[in-house]
Formats: sequence, C-alpha cells, structure tokens
Amino acid sequence: MKTFTGSAKVAALVLAGMGLLVLAGPLALPDSHRLPSPLTYAAPSIAHPCGTDMNGRDLLLRIMEGGRISLLVGICGAAISLFIGTTYGLIAGSAGRGTDNAMMRLVDVLYSVPRLIFILIFINAFNERLQLAANSQGWEWLVGSSRLVILILSLGVIEWLTMARIVRGQTLTLRERSYVAAARVLGEGYWTILRKHILPNLAGIILVYLTLAIPSVIIDEAFLSFLGLGVQAPQSSWGSLLAEGAASINPLKGAWWMLLFPSLALLSTLLALYSLGDAMRRSLSSKNH
Amino acid sequence: MLRRLASLPVVLLCVVTITFFLMRLSPGGPFDSERKLPAAIEKQLLAKYKLDGTLLEQYSGYLKDLLHGDLRLSTKYRNRSVNEILAQTLPVTLTLGATALLIAITAGVWLGAFAAARPGTVAEGGALAAMLLAISLPSFVLGPLLILIFSIKLAWLPVGGWGTPIQLLLPAVTLAIPYAAVIARLLHDSLRETLAEDFVRTARAKGLTERAVVYRHALRVAILPVVSYLGPLAANLLTGSIVVETIFHIPGAGGFFVNSILNRDGFLLGGVVIVYCVLLMLFNLLVDLSYRFLDRRIRE
Repeated sequence: MKTFTGSAKVAALVLAGMGLLVLAGPLALPDSHRLPSPLTYAAPSIAHPCGTDMNGRDLLLRIMEGGRISLLVGICGAAISLFIGTTYGLIAGSAGRGTDNAMMRLVDVLYSVPRLIFILIFINAFNERLQLAANSQGWEWLVGSSRLVILILSLGVIEWLTMARIVRGQTLTLRERSYVAAARVLGEGYWTILRKHILPNLAGIILVYLTLAIPSVIIDEAFLSFLGLGVQAPQSSWGSLLAEGAASINPLKGAWWMLLFPSLALLSTLLALYSLGDAMRRSLSSKNH
Repeated sequence: MLRRLASLPVVLLCVVTITFFLMRLSPGGPFDSERKLPAAIEKQLLAKYKLDGTLLEQYSGYLKDLLHGDLRLSTKYRNRSVNEILAQTLPVTLTLGATALLIAITAGVWLGAFAAARPGTVAEGGALAAMLLAISLPSFVLGPLLILIFSIKLAWLPVGGWGTPIQLLLPAVTLAIPYAAVIARLLHDSLRETLAEDFVRTARAKGLTERAVVYRHALRVAILPVVSYLGPLAANLLTGSIVVETIFHIPGAGGFFVNSILNRDGFLLGGVVIVYCVLLMLFNLLVDLSYRFLDRRIRE
C-alpha cells in the first residue's frame, strides 16, 4: 500500500512554504515598500522581485498580504462548509428513508442552481446593512472588515454540498455495522451514537474533503474579487490582484508581472491543495478496500 | 418523473422569491444619488418602475408581471425593458456556453478514455497530472494568461470582442478547460472501475482489441457519471461565463448581471437570475430524461 507519494510530499512542502511566506514575509520587507512611490509599473528587479503596481507599491508585498486574505477566507469558509456538510450528511444518513430522500433531493437541486450568483447578490445587498449596524453599535473592527466576514460566512454556506453527500454515504454504511447495532441495543440515544460511534469513523474522510474544499472556496473568493464584488480596497486578495493584472496587460503597457506573479501564487496553492487532497483520498480508499 | 416536473414550478417560485427579497435587502434605492430628487419626481419615478406600495404589494405585482412574461423595466438603462436587453445579450451568452460545453465534453471524454485505456503508463500519469493542473486553472487565471500569450505576445488571435468564430475560440476554450478536466477525471475513474467488471473480461476473451473493449463496451457504461455531472456543469458554465465575458469584453448577459448589482438595477438583476434558472432547470430535466433512458437501456 502506497500511503504518501512523492507528489504529496512536494505539495505539503509548497503549502508550508506558502504559509510561511504569507505570514512572515511581509515582516521581512522594508516599510517603504508599502507606500505609493513614483516608481509605477516597474519591471521585476532586485529591490522589487515581482515588480511594482500602478501606484508604485511593491507587488511581492501585495501578493503576500493578499495571500493572507485568500487563505484566511479559504480556511474559514471551508471550516464552515465542513460543519454544515457533516451535520447535514450525518442527519440525512441516519434519520431514515423519507428524510434522507427529501434532504438529498434538496442537495441535488442546489447543485444545479447557480449558487454563486445568489451569494453574489446576497453579499452586496447585505454588506450595507451590516455596515450600518456596525456603525450604530460602535463595533469598529466590523466596519473595516464587514465584507470579509460576510464573504467567509456566505462562501461557507455554498460549498458544503459535496461534503454532505460523502458523509451521508459513509453514514449509511457505518450505521449497518454491528457495533452500531450493539450500541443501539444497549440503549444509547440517537445523538450519542452519532457522536461516539459514527463521527469518529468519518474523521479521515472529512479531513480529505476539507483539504479539497479549501481550494474551492479560494476559487470562489477569487472569482468574486476578480469581478470587483468580493474583497474591496484597501484590502486585497489574490483575486483582486489578478483583476488588476488582467487590466494592465494590453499592447501599450505590457505589465505582464502584474498578471504572472499573482497567477503563480494562486495556481501553486490550488495545485498543492488539490494534489494533497487527492493523495489523501487515494490512501484512504486503498486502506478501506 | 412526473413528481420531478411538478417540483419545477415550486423551485422556480423559491428562486423568484429569494431573488426579489435579496434585491430589496439593500437599504438604498435605484434613484438615490448625490443630489436629492424632488419628492414629486421621485414619487413619479417609483410609480413608473412599480416600486411604490408595500413590499408585499410589490412582490405580488412582480409575480403577476412575471406570469405574463414581463420582466419589467431596467432602472439604469432607462427606457429599455429587461426583456429587450436579455433578447440581445442572452444569445451571446448561450453561444459561448454551448460551445464551451461542447469543448468540455469532447476534450474531457477523449482525455479520460485516453488515460484509462493506458493503465500504469507514463501517458496515463501525464494525462492525470494535466487534469490536476487544468482543474487548478480557474478561468480568471487562464483567460488573461491566454490573452497575454496568444493575443499580445504572439498576436495570433484577437484580444476580445464578439461576432466572428475566431473571436469565440479563446473565450470558449478558457471557459471549457477546467471543466474538461473534471469530466476527464470522472470518466477515468469510472472507466477504471468498469474495466474490472465481468462483461469486459468476456469482451476481452472474445479476442477484441483493447481499443474496442474500451470504446465500444466499457465507455457506454462508464459514461453515466459524466451524464449526471452535466447539470452542475451547465450551472458552473453559466456562472463562469460572467467572468469570461468580462475578460474578453463580450457583450453577453454576464456583464449586465455584474453592472446590475453595482447599479442596484433590481429588475434587470432579477430578470437575468430568473432566466438563468429557467434555462438550467430545463437543461437538467433533459439530462435527467436522457440519464434514465441510458440507464434503462444498460440494465436491459
């Protein structure tokens, strides 16, 4: 049995490197890189390894700071989707035929509806309400990051479908196991059985799909920010950096670095997460068979 | 099946209701601007765009108009009805979406079968790695990069625009590639499973070539998961086309969708969402029908 292949190790290393870069990297650069300078659209050099943007800010610093937002949204959003999906799947898989059918029918419908579109409308409609509330209540931390909070919550709310399906399928087989029957005979309650006997056995598969949910949420966030409807200035994420990059490539001013480096950051993170999740899934399914 | 059909109007009503109240959630109105309008003019405007009365009255009025096929007026693009805007832009979006769908299915099925027919070879490994790479390349990364390479550096293809088949190529490919990879992976996994089954062994024992076994016998069964993925795929393509239209400056419905959110153009927004959902539901119904047909033929 192959547990972890070489590519999974590389993926884990890339992720660790990206995490370190995003967390510690901004501290290593001089503060002057943060400020606008007359050096606009400067090509990559030793002082600015990724070049500078239209305001003369260092692009490497912006990528690292944007990565904080992208990864934060990805991890928190995936954690929320994990919570919803696991709870939903556990209930559907254990509550009996009728409930199961109805709950899974809802998942099918949601799968084929453009969920991201509804979330888009929701975020933009709800943000002002939240800002008004935050202002009147004096919650200053929320005023600046209300959009981010809504973004995380709402992306978590749409990416739970796959998790629910997988957890439900596993619950259906697990609840037929003899130790579950034994627990039932011993008089243990419904929730106790779920918590003590079924949930621990789902831990592996939940971890795998958490790894696969993070890149999905990161992509969703980047999609919204690319359209200018997600994270907004002064905050930026990889998605909004990409939007700026896409806007600055044309035959007249070929600022290719503004497109290339954010793309590389996003691509390597997504690729690492997907291949790690894949390797984990393979090793888990070969263990089960 | 009949129950499925009956549930369509219910789902549609939910979609309309959610959209309507989401539109109404934001505190500002479409006519708010720096300068306050005189009360009489604002009242007249609200009446013209049917934004007066209580929320419930507006809701029932909107439902009534929808039943008559009237998507109402756009509040931003004055004097144009939503029906008119959609009639101009929707064909563009649908052409783009349908082309991308076709490319995704063709390329995905081909690549998936190619990889599955060569188990344990370098070719399979390479194909699987390519699929992983393509899945990690969302359209807003791929599109600008393709423009940079093919339109600006090499100057082979136009940067954007709409009207000629050559202008359709880059956006359709951009939109299709990640989903072609998803299809290829689905098909690869399901083909690998199918190829271990008894009827495949029988086909091999008859002395058929490996190609014939894979393409004639196994593929027919293994294609089912791909067919059931078509529904979610269509939803993803419609969502994805919003960003692709922005990148390539294509005058489709997606751009109007983004603008309608920024401009608080409620009825245009509602119109786009409702028409998208109706299209998706019809497509899903079609997919469902063909799935049942295929599945039954295989069982028999």
